[in-house]
Amino acid sequence: MITFMNNSDSEEEPCNERTSLMSAESPPVPSYQDGLQASEAGEAQAHRKRRAGSSRGPNNTAGGETSASGVPVRESALENEEEELTLKYGAKHVIMLFVPVTLCMIVVVATIKSVRFYTEKNGQLIYTPFSEDTPSVGQRLLNSVLNTIIMISVIIVMTVFLVLLYKYRCYKFIHGWLILSSLMLLFLFTYIYLGEVLKTYNVAMDYPTLFIVIWNFGAVGMICIHWKGPLQLQQAYLIMISALMALVFIKYLPEWSAWVILGAISIYDLMAVLCPKGPLRMLVETAQERNEPIFPALIYSSAMMWTVGMAKPDTAARGPSQQTWDAAEDGREHLRSPSHAESQMSETRSPVPTRPVTSLEELEEEERGVKLGLGDFIFYSVLVGKAAATASGDWNTTLACFVAILIGLCLTLLLLAVFKKALPALPISITFGLIFYFSTDNLVRPFMDTLASHQLYI
Amino acid sequence: AFFWLLSLLAASLLWSVSVQLSGREDAALLLLGAAAAVLLQELCRFACFKLLKKADEGLATLSEDGRSPLSLRQMAYVSGLSFGIISGVFSIANILADSAGPGTVGIHGDSPYYFITSAFLTMALVLLHTFWGVIFFDACERRRAGGLGLVVGGHLLTSGLTFLNPWYEASLGPIFILTLGTGLWAFGTAGGSFRNVLKCLSCK
Repeated sequence: MITFMNNSDSEEEPCNERTSLMSAESPPVPSYQDGLQASEAGEAQAHRKRRAGSSRGPNNTAGGETSASGVPVRESALENEEEELTLKYGAKHVIMLFVPVTLCMIVVVATIKSVRFYTEKNGQLIYTPFSEDTPSVGQRLLNSVLNTIIMISVIIVMTVFLVLLYKYRCYKFIHGWLILSSLMLLFLFTYIYLGEVLKTYNVAMDYPTLFIVIWNFGAVGMICIHWKGPLQLQQAYLIMISALMALVFIKYLPEWSAWVILGAISIYDLMAVLCPKGPLRMLVETAQERNEPIFPALIYSSAMMWTVGMAKPDTAARGPSQQTWDAAEDGREHLRSPSHAESQMSETRSPVPTRPVTSLEELEEEERGVKLGLGDFIFYSVLVGKAAATASGDWNTTLACFVAILIGLCLTLLLLAVFKKALPALPISITFGLIFYFSTDNLVRPFMDTLASHQLYI
Repeated sequence: AFFWLLSLLAASLLWSVSVQLSGREDAALLLLGAAAAVLLQELCRFACFKLLKKADEGLATLSEDGRSPLSLRQMAYVSGLSFGIISGVFSIANILADSAGPGTVGIHGDSPYYFITSAFLTMALVLLHTFWGVIFFDACERRRAGGLGLVVGGHLLTSGLTFLNPWYEASLGPIFILTLGTGLWAFGTAGGSFRNVLKCLSCK
């Protein structure tokens, strides 16, 4: 889901709110605790991330509603201005989202093309038990569909679990879950990734150096994502963990299953965010009702309204900060807009009610941002990475998918500006990406190859 | 870029269908496919123009002083540039990837200058697309069919010249002359003139 606040989804959550561009923070799934394989845990994490991926559109509206309740007149008068501002900022938001999505895809594609580990087939995740090594096409198709059904049901179960936890205020559990999953991602997957990269380039590294590097990387990452840190560092970490997650998916999902899963997940995302009883929508609405930020570890935010903060279940402390926010809102009517209100809300939520005054000041100066769930990052990268890995040639297919995804993101952001509520970020982009992948691979490639072999240009 | 990709898709579809139907691949079909690709590209450039025009009007109505923040010339330049970039990248990415790998150029009797001429051709094509974008949008704006015809004709000519390809003097030379000419024309269309250049160079 895409919301005006971009929340990155925690990759680790098995619950997948993934694709919503919401700042939905999906609680990380402590898959690791179960002692599953790393890949499985990664799956769970991915699920979680996906869930977190919901965009926070509803947050915007909710924020707008809460703030506007007192001053309906001003609201209507400012509507046009808001619309204009929204559209003007829309372009900025698009650019703010293009850069991280592009960076994530570049990292994934570069890794896929250079490190051979991620294209070797070394087994499958427990979520996709059916193998695709069957002799007949029908059997293979059936297996991939079954794999998809299992995966999607796991995602649904995790998402519902997360939403229930959130509803019944089991914040500690959710936080523990998120922390555990990001821990695993930051340490274990980074270790594997680094090991493979070093192997590919034949660089020797001793264990003490490795330990120091990974320890620093992981510790700073944990602090940045779950607590406070410079915005760009936090964004960089979120991009890196999305890329790592996407690489795990690319490695462990069998081919046809991957494509069917991508398609099914867009549909799921569409339903989960837009249907009234959808889990992601409920999560966003609950978060908005309570005026709490969605967990920051699950959402990529493009503007620094707040630093990621642990949401302490301290409603009393949050009260005064909430009031200061509303006061600020009233005081600055000219800046009132849904996204603004939302970002304000996210502001209050994230920094945990520890520093209401300072955050208020920060808010005054910060711009509004758009939030994109980390699950969206992951799936975009999975699509482009799979295109890079399995397309029989080439860069053309990868580029075509890349452009398609970006255009889909543009369109979704446009819709977000029009509808002003949480929207699923996956469907349009993934649809375009899939169409372009299959058509480029099968139709365009022979054409371009023939042209290039005669050095003809069109 | 998206529009160019759409046109490429449509052209490839056409070509694949024609190959399937005729049952054999030969140069004539390729020529047809290339011509179709050129025409479809120009069509998509027109579609891009229409869309951008509409977006421009929308922006103008929304802005405070009734004018849109982007001029049509900027849009023309950007659109032409993006067409050029995606066309160039599609033409050269695979060649670059192969050039990093092991192999000998021209071992089967093709020209050994394949890579460098491809590089020059791609550069010319990118520049040409940019110029064509500017000229095309301007011609559409002022409803002059001459400009449109010249752009389409120029594109077809360029593509046709590349069919002469191992004979590089005949294809590269004219293409570069064409690029230069189109560039000057686009410069003139965008409002530049000799005086402007002088002013710019003397930093007044």
